[in-house]
Amino acid sequence: MGNPDEDLKIVRLALPAGDEDIGRLETGSVVYLTGTVYTAREGVYQKVLGEGHALPVDLRSLSQANFHCSPAAAAQPDGRYKVGAVTATASFRFSRWMDRWLKLTGTRIVIGKGGMPHEDYGKVMVPNGAVYLTTVGYGTGALLGRGIRRVREVHWLDELGIAQALWIFEVEDFGPFIVESDVRGNSLFHQHGEAINARIDALYAGLKPPALHRYGETDDRKREVM
Amino acid sequence: MTIAIERIEAAAYEIMCRAAIDIPPDYRRGIAEMRARETGKLARFVLHAMAENWEAASADRRPMCADTGLPRYYVKVGNEARVETGFVGVERVLRQATARATRDVPLRPNRVHPLWRTEHGNNVGINAPEIDWSFEPGADWVDITTVHKGGLFGTDYRMLFPGDGVDGIKRFVLDGLIAFGKRGLACQPAILGIGLGGSKDTCMQLGKQAACLRIVGDRHPDPGIAALELELQALGNAIGMGAMGFVGSSMVVDCHIEVGHTHTGGMPVSMHTFCLASRRATARIHADGAVEYRSDPQWFTPYLRRETTEWETRTRT
Ligand code: SF4
Repeated sequence: MGNPDEDLKIVRLALPAGDEDIGRLETGSVVYLTGTVYTAREGVYQKVLGEGHALPVDLRSLSQANFHCSPAAAAQPDGRYKVGAVTATASFRFSRWMDRWLKLTGTRIVIGKGGMPHEDYGKVMVPNGAVYLTTVGYGTGALLGRGIRRVREVHWLDELGIAQALWIFEVEDFGPFIVESDVRGNSLFHQHGEAINARIDALYAGLKPPALHRYGETDDRKREVM
Repeated sequence: MTIAIERIEAAAYEIMCRAAIDIPPDYRRGIAEMRARETGKLARFVLHAMAENWEAASADRRPMCADTGLPRYYVKVGNEARVETGFVGVERVLRQATARATRDVPLRPNRVHPLWRTEHGNNVGINAPEIDWSFEPGADWVDITTVHKGGLFGTDYRMLFPGDGVDGIKRFVLDGLIAFGKRGLACQPAILGIGLGGSKDTCMQLGKQAACLRIVGDRHPDPGIAALELELQALGNAIGMGAMGFVGSSMVVDCHIEVGHTHTGGMPVSMHTFCLASRRATARIHADGAVEYRSDPQWFTPYLRRETTEWETRTRT
């Protein structure tokens, strides 16, 4: 898998990765991972951080990459799991959990959809030495599904369901991902968002004002609609 | 001739599997053209990865996106069609096919109770899957289309007023595309469906159907509406945003508008985006039980868009 018509930088990272390798990841680079990756999202965070349950497995020694995703998976008659496609879920909803989670688990790589609010990188990720990788597309579920060599373990499947369970995957050339935030907290989405924002006013110039200034056309709730 | 219910069940199951895995050729072609024109380096890489992903999905027979959306059905019944169990039986087998495909493909069991978050693990539940019915004069077949639409982002509704005119529609579309396009929450480039007019619920329904049931490149028969479709598409692509919200030019792969006569004082408008996993598949079950598969739902027939009081019917003898 490559990008024949592009000049983007491609990094193949073996997990666990050392400080230096993680520190060298630049925003906008394309990353493929080989090693152990686990999934955890609100169900797991709530159970561990909200309700105080112990982790069912020592994540610190097992994996440093938390994937915000829910796989399309089904149990096979032999008790193993068939993972069809894997797609990330939007991470911004989880940023309130992330500081405690990173400290508890030693996670250094967070993978998900859409990144987190720009300020949170500085507040949450940078102090914990963590980077954020975004999935591409985001519907590259089949490519990511291919990268999963096997399901190593799954925890809390009955209680939390397929989407929310804690899955531990052995992965190989798992990707593509794009580095959204590096160890210094630079954010690719933020940079691109700013560039796009600079042109927004021009898009609306010349369009007549709306007849009704209801919420949606304005965000001032004190204003009369007429 | 009466259609055997097993034929319907088999066809429904088959389109469930096809929709999840194989991207429709019209959408694939549309994205290939956008990729050739895309100005942003990262946005272009995303489209490249998407094309690889579709190939991987088809080759491995695995879903293209793990969010396998909310599977649902659109059924068009020929006025002369008869099904052995009657149409309640059709609804039963559509629910069965959904449950079976969820286990076999596998699809993600996405359907949960809105408050209790409880589920049956098979994408079947209260009011789910939705089954929309329409009719077609002079035909004895049954068309079943399934759509697996994902996307929590990219849908909106607004009551505009006649004075808002096309500018109001443009503001609404820009607002939605910019808001949901940032960071690529809408998983663009998307097929943009616009519902215009009707009452609030038909407005939403028309926009959804416009996004999901017309193929890339299809134009509305009313030349004025067709021109507006192209104008809104160009507007979306002029935002300067591409796939994943990166700087670029690929936001809207096509725009489809469907209209309904509305209240004289208002102009309701809705928007829906059909994402990078634009999943749909259609089967036609003929009266003799033969089944044909296709990727164009052919949902918006002249009869469906009718505006008169009279139309042809054939009386059965
Ligand atoms: S919006 Fe579409 S492509 Fe994106 S995650 Fe959902 S189903 Fe997949």
